[in-house]
Amino acid sequence: MDLVEYQGKQLFGRNDVPVPAPGAVCRTVEEVRAAAEELGPVTVVKAQVKTGGRGKAGGVKVATSVDEAVAHAQDIFGLDIKGHIVNVIYVEPASDIAEEYYLSIMHDRVNKGVLVIASREGGVDIEEVNRTRPDAVVKQVLLPSETTDGLPTDMARDIMTRANFPDDVLDQAADLLTHLFAAMRNEDATLLEINPLVKTGDGRVIALDSKVTLDDNAAFRHDNYEEWQVEGLDNDDPLEARAKEQGIQYVKLDGTVGVLGNGAGLVMATLDVVAQAGGKAANFLDIGGGASADVMAQSLSLVLSDPDVASVFVNVFGGITRGEDVANGILEACDRLGDFPQKLVVRLDGTNAEQGRAILTEAAHPSVIPAATMADAAEKAVELATA
Amino acid sequence: MSIFIDEQTRVVVQGIGSQGTFHARRNQDYGTKVVAGTHPRKGGTVWEELDRPVYATVAEAVEHEGANTSLVMVPAPFTKDAILEAHDAGISTIVAVTEGVPVLDMTDVYDTVVRRGGTRLIGPNCPGLISPGKSNVGIIPADIPSPGRVGLVSRSGTLTYQIMHELAQADIGISTCVGIGGDPVIGTQFLDVIQAFAADPDTDAIAFVGEIGGSEEQKAGEWIRDNIPDTPVVGYIAGYEAPAGKQMGHAGAIVKEGGPGGESAAEKKEILEGMGIAVAMNPSEAAQLMIARLG
Repeated sequence: MDLVEYQGKQLFGRNDVPVPAPGAVCRTVEEVRAAAEELGPVTVVKAQVKTGGRGKAGGVKVATSVDEAVAHAQDIFGLDIKGHIVNVIYVEPASDIAEEYYLSIMHDRVNKGVLVIASREGGVDIEEVNRTRPDAVVKQVLLPSETTDGLPTDMARDIMTRANFPDDVLDQAADLLTHLFAAMRNEDATLLEINPLVKTGDGRVIALDSKVTLDDNAAFRHDNYEEWQVEGLDNDDPLEARAKEQGIQYVKLDGTVGVLGNGAGLVMATLDVVAQAGGKAANFLDIGGGASADVMAQSLSLVLSDPDVASVFVNVFGGITRGEDVANGILEACDRLGDFPQKLVVRLDGTNAEQGRAILTEAAHPSVIPAATMADAAEKAVELATA
Repeated sequence: MSIFIDEQTRVVVQGIGSQGTFHARRNQDYGTKVVAGTHPRKGGTVWEELDRPVYATVAEAVEHEGANTSLVMVPAPFTKDAILEAHDAGISTIVAVTEGVPVLDMTDVYDTVVRRGGTRLIGPNCPGLISPGKSNVGIIPADIPSPGRVGLVSRSGTLTYQIMHELAQADIGISTCVGIGGDPVIGTQFLDVIQAFAADPDTDAIAFVGEIGGSEEQKAGEWIRDNIPDTPVVGYIAGYEAPAGKQMGHAGAIVKEGGPGGESAAEKKEILEGMGIAVAMNPSEAAQLMIARLG
């Protein structure tokens, strides 16, 4: 799960990573006015969305008066930043910035460890800095065996020194890095990014922004994990939101052929064959192992409620679940759903697929069209969707 | 021959709840030597469904039953400890089926068990592996493949079954099929499996099924190009139609937005083809390519 800036700063704060004085989370222009009156005279009005490039999109503005903060809030609420609509604004007392740096820690898939990236150049696109002046960016891979007791201070100091952090902030920056590293462990984060990390006029080093991603798989060992799920911060598609509630693996796509199948790989392959047949999938939906009538009905109901869906491709490979059971599950699901206008092209393969197909053929359900291969099924589904 | 598991494989099952028992029983029915189960509070009892002993620890199963392979079926919160326990007990091949293990748990496990420990770990979030006619460890439906000379390695479960099935219909059998799993951090990579196939005198050809995300397929491709250029190798990368920034089911199946590149299916296909490896656009085509290469 991604956190928005103010949540990331809360997480930093409780892990002793220095952040600016607390601001106010606002959902209305009136709340922004009240916050600016309390926190001003100079405040920063910041859109809280789970995407980058807020500044460029006009989602972060400095206000020197209450009226200005209100004017900014009026502009920023409802702003569309890369498909994310702004519902929440964070008003923070403006910080006195002397210098800007960059610091991040992330899970490193390639090296199976943790990657620290530090640069004296902050507040800019770090990928761009890395491309144009790789010398200005220090990357350090850390393996668990090197950091069993956290990140040693001398290691943190070494990283910051190599990243050319000025002498007067070196100790603070190294200390901040060790706390950030500990936060990754404490919170099961896969990304903690501070851009910019700043030195203030009075010489303090603080995280002026935050980008945090937490590992959903680790939610079981974090009390109050759900507290990060705040209304208005997720710009999920409504169908994706419903799927999440029901525990269904679903991704909304922009085509017209609804897709559901068992196994992430098989469903990805199904999207591929639909495209190769000249169509476009409306979604990704993995029903997982087995194919009980319950799961099938719930999944079908989700796919069919998408107004973009003109036909549905049900792609099931019978492994341990036999073809007969899959076929009966589909028929029962259709009966439970009652009438729906879209046709289901059902492709069954694997264990006892022939028996399964025979059941479908015999039932002659008006909404179900059996198909023998993925290619056949894709063609039929695309034909139905474009007819 | 085959790789990783064969007639000598003696399996201890960690996690003998309903799922673990269901699949262990299937493995046993196939002829796999499932020698014991473990449960911290049921040591000394009998695992009735399999008529095998239950021990409190893996170490006891190693000592008393000669277990050399473990099948980890415990829930995600306990998977790290289960794998570490098997490693400490001297198990040489650990197969972790469990899905949803925290990524930091897996980086710790990888460091201790694989990088420094030298133990073979397959998974997590994988269907396991099968050497047809010899041994089946995990949840792969055993009646799909017959014994043969094609090695199959895959990040996806059902997609593996699909390709095995299509090969079976063309009378092409399998030496070993390894499901390496769909997580970002897994114990055994494509390259490890492909190197093992290359060293196996009874594997003549290799099929691999990759997915969007990461760069392990490319690494394997380079090695194939440089070391076994004459071995028939065909692949398929699932997810040509997957949009960037969206996780497609598997935790590892995501093309990072603004990431390093090379993570999309189209990019992987292009890179691999540049290395002389045939990459199909869909699973059926992968099977057809293999059939053509062997015909």
